[in-house]
Amino acid sequence: MSNKGRIQRLFEKRTGPEKIMSLFLTAGYPDPSETVELVRELEASGADLLELGMPFSDPLADGPTIQYASKVALEQGVNLDSIFDMIVEIRKNSQIPIVLMGYINPVLRYGLEAFFYKAKASDADGIILPDVPPGEFPEIEDLCQKHGIDPIHLVAPNTSDSRMQEIDRASRGFVYCVSVTGVTGTREGDEVSRSVSGFIQRVRKNVTRNPVLVGFGIRSHADAMAVSSETDGFIVGSALIDYIRGIYPGPDWVKKTGDFVRELKYGSQIRQESPRM
Amino acid sequence: MEIEKKPDSRFGSSPDDRGFYGKFGGRYVPEILIPALDDLAGAFFAARKDPAFQQQFASLLHEYVGRETPLTYAGRLSEHFGKARIYLKREDLCHTGAHKINNAIGQVLLARRMGKTRIIAETGAGQHGVATATVCAYFGMTCIIYMGAEDIVRQKLNVDRMRLLGAEVRPVESGAKTLSNAINEAIRDWVSNVGDTFYIIGSAVGPHPYPLMVREFQSVIGKETIDQSLEQEGRLPDHVLACVGGGSNAIGMFHPLLPHENVRLYGIEAAGEGVQTPRHAATLSGGLPGILHGSLSYLLQTQYGQIAEAHSVSAGLDYPGVGPEHSFLRDSGRVTYAAVTDGEALDGVRLLSSKEGIIPALETAHAIAYLNMMMPGTQPDEFVVINCSGRGDKDMETIAKYMKSP
Ligand SMILES: Cc1ncc(COP(=O)(O)O)c(C=O)c1O
Repeated sequence: MSNKGRIQRLFEKRTGPEKIMSLFLTAGYPDPSETVELVRELEASGADLLELGMPFSDPLADGPTIQYASKVALEQGVNLDSIFDMIVEIRKNSQIPIVLMGYINPVLRYGLEAFFYKAKASDADGIILPDVPPGEFPEIEDLCQKHGIDPIHLVAPNTSDSRMQEIDRASRGFVYCVSVTGVTGTREGDEVSRSVSGFIQRVRKNVTRNPVLVGFGIRSHADAMAVSSETDGFIVGSALIDYIRGIYPGPDWVKKTGDFVRELKYGSQIRQESPRM
Repeated sequence: MEIEKKPDSRFGSSPDDRGFYGKFGGRYVPEILIPALDDLAGAFFAARKDPAFQQQFASLLHEYVGRETPLTYAGRLSEHFGKARIYLKREDLCHTGAHKINNAIGQVLLARRMGKTRIIAETGAGQHGVATATVCAYFGMTCIIYMGAEDIVRQKLNVDRMRLLGAEVRPVESGAKTLSNAINEAIRDWVSNVGDTFYIIGSAVGPHPYPLMVREFQSVIGKETIDQSLEQEGRLPDHVLACVGGGSNAIGMFHPLLPHENVRLYGIEAAGEGVQTPRHAATLSGGLPGILHGSLSYLLQTQYGQIAEAHSVSAGLDYPGVGPEHSFLRDSGRVTYAAVTDGEALDGVRLLSSKEGIIPALETAHAIAYLNMMMPGTQPDEFVVINCSGRGDKDMETIAKYMKSP
């Protein structure tokens, strides 16, 4: 690809030590009519990249939180067309890189060619299909290339060095580093940061073409700083959805979510906790 | 010679190296499971060639399961239809009461070979759960069974059996609270504990190499049927029937027979309240290709590709997917797939019980019920084999309820 996409430009612009923060939000959670406004708030509060979840009835790599958010979204009629519409709305005044994330079956049913065409037309930037690892579905790799959608793949602690290199070659935009072997939302707190460092070093050694974002189990700014010290940034999903779940539909829930996101990224300004020593 | 070549005919050699049966199959799973599936395939292909493994598998099937199971002539049932002779392949006589234990033994032996200490499994009707709990008790291994909360109620007897055998039964509360949801939860467990855990899938579904492995361990059914048919009738059967949930008893019966193209094969799915209603589990009759639980196969789904809830009175057939090889066999036309309703299956239970003194599982009863449609077209000089996949003790509550209603 000659034209640099939004994701590449985002990482190139990053010069200082500040980490890129990517947020995962299930499209249509907690309410499809609020998604566009919520995304606006997330971006205003420091989100650098948005992973928009395409809800699926059987999300088998997800823990209870994202299962719940998916169910809520589906019950409100969210489907791929309504998600493309949301992206078009978001794009009216935002250039935040948007990565679609979801399971393959709804995409297959939509029609692969149609899906990639619409993804590009609505101006999404990348795609993560957690149940399609590199090499298992060559047609999708071709369609990503053809339509200029960045394919983003995952590496996990049990991924071998040579497989990491293969995943790096198959990915564009960034590589998603799953910090724990588990489903999304796995909480391991301190465990994560302590055991993850050797793994991240291995990722850095093998993933050389793409930036690396680390995710799974990050619930606070301190978590994020602890696990992302050697990556380009971090990803938060379940903690964001849990936070919204706790306050929605109370007064100012969108604004409060913004405050939560700001704290995730910058830490508490008032009561600055020093990172774990 | 022609006959020697048959097992390599167009149906004999699938799947390919990547686990595809035609376009169906594959390994559509999270990256975390890729190394685990590579290890599993490595161990399986090595074990398959290892005479010591084969010997151990065969002797457990003989001494512990009680194989070979008989091929029983069903005289009064045959008379009832007055057409072809009917035989029953008696998987209901396996230890624990269904074919499921053939596969559970094969996989637990693999798990031990790979040094895995923790066994997980899903179960619908509870037969696979009981079989897995049984082999874990036999080998002294930790065993966790995921089971939909709905199935826990309707197959209570099997829940008690699993607990007595020392397994932990974990209720699954998501979705329709049935087999499909139990598989989701088992996969999530596997993703989280991939280092020490072996997932014993109970049907011919899931990512490669599971469908192949399950077929291999269940093929003993078809191989014995061939030998027994030759011995008892001097030739192969004309028609062979099996019920299809995920498709393990059916593929175990069918696979050795695939090259014998004169043998007509019928896979019977659950039509629930009718294939034209939204409440059925007839994946091959009413579904479309899609990806669930790691492979591409026919699937009950909505227009948006969400998985539809299946329905069947029989917990073991109450699944919106089906093994990928069955999808291949459907499209190739080698096997005929049909579906019978809840009511027809319950009548099938009554028919076999009253004519032969054999109370079949509700799953099996679907194959029995199909006789009503198939037998009129058979000839008196033909013979039919039905895979009697399990016995009906576990279903007595459901059956009794039905008998009370007018
Ligand atoms: C007796 C019996 N037959 C058939 C089945 C259906 O499974 P499969 O299609 O894998 O044989 C089950 C599943 O629980 C069963 O218990």
